[in-house]
Amino acid sequence: MEKIIFYILAIVIISLAILSVTTKKLYRATLYLLFVLLAISGIYFLMEYNFMGAVQLSVYAGGVMVLFIYAVMLTDKIGKPLRDIPTKWKIVPVLVTMGTAALSIYAIYSFQGINAQNEATITSVGQVGEKLLSYKAGGYVLPFEVISILLLAVMIGAIVIAKAKKIINQEKN
Amino acid sequence: MIEGVSLFEILSLTTILFFIGVYGFLTRTNLIAMLMSLELMVNAEAVNFVAINKYLSPAILQGQVFSLFIIALAAAETALALAIILHLYRLTENIDVKEVKQLKY
Repeated sequence: MEKIIFYILAIVIISLAILSVTTKKLYRATLYLLFVLLAISGIYFLMEYNFMGAVQLSVYAGGVMVLFIYAVMLTDKIGKPLRDIPTKWKIVPVLVTMGTAALSIYAIYSFQGINAQNEATITSVGQVGEKLLSYKAGGYVLPFEVISILLLAVMIGAIVIAKAKKIINQEKN
Repeated sequence: MIEGVSLFEILSLTTILFFIGVYGFLTRTNLIAMLMSLELMVNAEAVNFVAINKYLSPAILQGQVFSLFIIALAAAETALALAIILHLYRLTENIDVKEVKQLKY
């Protein structure tokens, strides 16, 4: 059962990701990306990491996609097709990415040193929270604090960038 | 781990997803579309971290905690990049990488 769901999710992810990078309409590309992100959260739920699935749904499929949709609507002329690089040059990225992907998959399958544990483990929110706030060896309280400062800096930076013209004008006067 | 699915299959899926993102990054010229391809790559890496942690050493949570940090960083990066892109659009009415080259000279 899990296997069937995984394969359905994999087909959805790959086909919609290809559509998202090849479609000529930017707004449609955004919506395809939204469904790719939803399917990836499905993979997290399959791996019994429910917290990450919820974070993926709320932060990515909720927050980041709203940002993207606003940005597309503010900048894109709806109905005007996207300009990619010229079609005759597209053979180079196709060859490069397919070649590198084939090489990577060959390297993955020829690696022998993997001994996978065959036990299904459920990661609870409590375990993750203890790990994030633990200051003993193997705890992550310092990166956690650094991330919070980074988010604050990003918030201030985004406001400053968005209002840069106004601030410059005020300083001139 | 997912019952009946080996680590190789998940790694193949994320590899393909990553290289679809690389393809999009190389072929798009619109800045927002390039950023979307970047999101595909970041997501593939986050799935990789969780999958390898779940399959190889489920007792410790390092990969799973790191995937949370990856999500936070990616959200921050997207917010900042979209702010820059919107400001650029207000200045130049254009977000095509072929046209936006004020910083080049």
